[in-house]
Amino acid sequence: MKKTLILLCALATSISLSAQQPDRKLPPPIGPAPSLKLPAIQKHKLSNGLAVWIVEHHEVPLAQVNLIVRSGSAADPIGKYGVGSLTAAMLDEGAGGRSSLDLADAIEFLGANLSTTSSFDGSSVRMSVPVSKLSEALPLMADVALRPSFPAAELDRLRQERLTSLLQARDNVGALVQLAFPRIVFGPTHRYGTSANGLPAAIEALTVADLQAFYGAHFRPDNATLLVVGDLTPTTALPMLEKAFGGWQSTGMAALVAEVPNAPQLGKRQVYLVDKPEAAQSQIRIGWVGVPRSTPDYAVLEVLNTVLGGSFTSRLNQNLREKNGYAYGASSGFDMRLSAGPFLAAAGVQTDKTADALREFFNELNGMLTLVPAEELNKAKNYVALGFPGEFETTGDMARKLEELVIYNLPESTFSSFVPGVTAVTAADVQRAAARFIQPERMAVVIVGDLKVIEGPIRALNLGPITHVPIDNLFR
Amino acid sequence: MTRLTFKALTIALALVLLGSSPQAQTPALTVPHTQFTLPNGLNVILHRDTSVPVVAVNVWYHVGSANERVGRTGFAHLFEHVMFEGSMHVPEGSFDTWLEAAGANNNGSTNTDRTNYYIDLPANALDLALFLESDRMGFLLDDKAPGKVDGQRDVVKNEKRQSVDNQPYGQAFVELSSLLYPPGHPYSWPVIGSMEDLSAASFEDVARFFRTYYVPNNASLVIAGDIDLANTRKLVEKWFDDVPRGKPVPPLAPPSAVLDGVKRKTIADRVQLPRLYLAWHTPGLLKPGDATMDIIANLLSSGKNSRLYRRLVYDLQIAQDVSAFQQSQALGSNFVIIATARPGQGLDKIQAVIDEELDKLRKEMPAAREMTRALNQTEASFYRNMERVGGFGGKADQLNAYFKSAGTPDFFDKDLARYRAVTAAEVQAAVDRYLPKDRRVELSVIPGDKK
Repeated sequence: MKKTLILLCALATSISLSAQQPDRKLPPPIGPAPSLKLPAIQKHKLSNGLAVWIVEHHEVPLAQVNLIVRSGSAADPIGKYGVGSLTAAMLDEGAGGRSSLDLADAIEFLGANLSTTSSFDGSSVRMSVPVSKLSEALPLMADVALRPSFPAAELDRLRQERLTSLLQARDNVGALVQLAFPRIVFGPTHRYGTSANGLPAAIEALTVADLQAFYGAHFRPDNATLLVVGDLTPTTALPMLEKAFGGWQSTGMAALVAEVPNAPQLGKRQVYLVDKPEAAQSQIRIGWVGVPRSTPDYAVLEVLNTVLGGSFTSRLNQNLREKNGYAYGASSGFDMRLSAGPFLAAAGVQTDKTADALREFFNELNGMLTLVPAEELNKAKNYVALGFPGEFETTGDMARKLEELVIYNLPESTFSSFVPGVTAVTAADVQRAAARFIQPERMAVVIVGDLKVIEGPIRALNLGPITHVPIDNLFR
Repeated sequence: MTRLTFKALTIALALVLLGSSPQAQTPALTVPHTQFTLPNGLNVILHRDTSVPVVAVNVWYHVGSANERVGRTGFAHLFEHVMFEGSMHVPEGSFDTWLEAAGANNNGSTNTDRTNYYIDLPANALDLALFLESDRMGFLLDDKAPGKVDGQRDVVKNEKRQSVDNQPYGQAFVELSSLLYPPGHPYSWPVIGSMEDLSAASFEDVARFFRTYYVPNNASLVIAGDIDLANTRKLVEKWFDDVPRGKPVPPLAPPSAVLDGVKRKTIADRVQLPRLYLAWHTPGLLKPGDATMDIIANLLSSGKNSRLYRRLVYDLQIAQDVSAFQQSQALGSNFVIIATARPGQGLDKIQAVIDEELDKLRKEMPAAREMTRALNQTEASFYRNMERVGGFGGKADQLNAYFKSAGTPDFFDKDLARYRAVTAAEVQAAVDRYLPKDRRVELSVIPGDKK
């Protein structure tokens, strides 16, 4: 009955509007772009000096609380690569007098999600929780972050898990290329040349004392910031935060964290092949040392990369996927860290088209050295600038954006100046940046695939000297 | 009898919890919306949410790989790809180019039961999104369409190489489908299809599929976000009124799928470690028992204290990982348990432990705290799912999902109520009824040369 009524109404309206025929000859014009009104970051300090940033976000009754420590895997001592990552992973394996299982039960019982992870540049304890359970969840989070006990049995369990994962990486061309590419671009000693988790020899040797040393040096209130986003106010949240985190004190001296040096840039193009017999696709990575997050060319490189391989209609994806059908997708990116991370162009391509795909990769990389046409540049600028508000949608999104400011020590104006910065980018800017940061004749070409099929055609391309990398070398 | 006693116990526990945190009131899970149907049968659902100046346009076509015919597997997904290649008034390549120039993101996906498409874009560009969606709904096929099918055929084959053929254990789900379902059953083939069938798909197939399934009366459109309701309704009527109605789509009448014994199979793959898959037939999406199976999956493999994780991965350390999930589908669901052996460990031992744990649940109801923990996690995930308006799984997509499966878009609270209503006794009964040891699929993937 109700349904019939609705239908009748719809009919009536459509009749009254039937004069309005859509004009499909041209796409409809687009109105002026809406502006993003970012909520204020309310900055406070707890009694122990711990910085607390609060952003109110009242849409859903959730709270996101992220404790960010400004040290990550980049602070791993030589010979102990993987210690930072394992330290973070061990935080919730026993803390504040509770066992690993008890902690997990207590956290899950509240409906909270708690994760302890790290990247090269930072370590974090992140928690999402219904705001009604925040006061019960914060003491658990504080136990995990401030009072981890690093039980030896749990360390052995995680160690075995990580060693088994590395064994499984041998099955997977995607996992293999992720180990091979940084190793080749940054070398075995630079920290960025080894995955954050580390490799078997180091993982096997890590001890509880190693983890405690890393924890003691870096997990300190003067090296951390607490980010709080959600359905709360400073008045309601600060007393709870003070109770949970205000008593945290540093012991001993703060670690003097040496900056990771920028890796030496590559000199001439070389090709590295890793054999994976019977692989249905080859995984290709082409790149070299890129830029740090602090680069003054940040906005220019965002636009440049969007044109090259940072969106669906980017040149690499259009060429390798839409025009030639060699791949399901192709992309590129600058991995910006505190020091210069890698630039890379990437795709999985069908085995018998590997050399053809490589030729097209280099066509597109070289193509960036000439002026980008105005229409294409505008499309990329709009895509980056107009998509920016979407990066602040959820409590988790907002907290992640704040993490960028903390980890990279960026001013609050970073967000408000981003869109104007992108809007100001010119074709000449992109060309200048490409000349400096995209030099295809100096890049490493790393391919994991079925060499008995792909090596001959790759050799025929004459891209540069070819080196075979035994799979075992990727694990030591 | 036991059941009643237990109920009284959980209520008491809940009251205690409420008492300990008086502010803990559960807010209502509701998504206010306007709903209407165009004369051509298109169902339209509008939801206003102004938290960010973004609009999500989400279209569901009620067609998936289950509607394919034998010899044309993978076709619904191949068709989904063609939908992005332009239409009568949109030149090839322009669909994505125009959207990106407006700052939009878009994508589509296909499963057994439906195909969904989203466009997330700044609120000022809604007109463009509706023009593009209506044009491909009403006027997809032009003289360039045959070439587009060929182009996307290559892309989809590479999608298959990347996501199935080149993935360790990638063949397992293909095998599971054919072990669980009799030949010819709509769920007996994988959504991605076979290389031969992808090669065989013709332009005529595309045209027929479009006329049969891509009709407004077999679709629903959600527009959610920073919109003006009256104005948006006018825009929808402007762009979609001239899309011609199609014939009604007859419902599928699949042959019954039952397992009357254990179906055992071992396949080799180029992997380091063996992996075990156990699979059963379970109640379909939103059918009685469906939510119970989700709760059982949580009890078995969500978190360190879950029964299978704790035994296999944490205590015995004979498995690298274990997961259990209810794959809810319209024509009938599957419950699947997957575990990967640690180096030097065998699948027999792992299977024996899984059976021990299932037997425990068969013999004894789960404890109250365990049930509450699972429910609290489920409830919190409902709130997390309300945070995003667009994309796959955002509010717009969920409104369409509920409209298709429950007949009403704002089913959030009722959906959560399904989980709140699950009792420990129902869990025990459901394990007994739906996860029998003697009627299931047992698939082992062992290291060796892939055939």
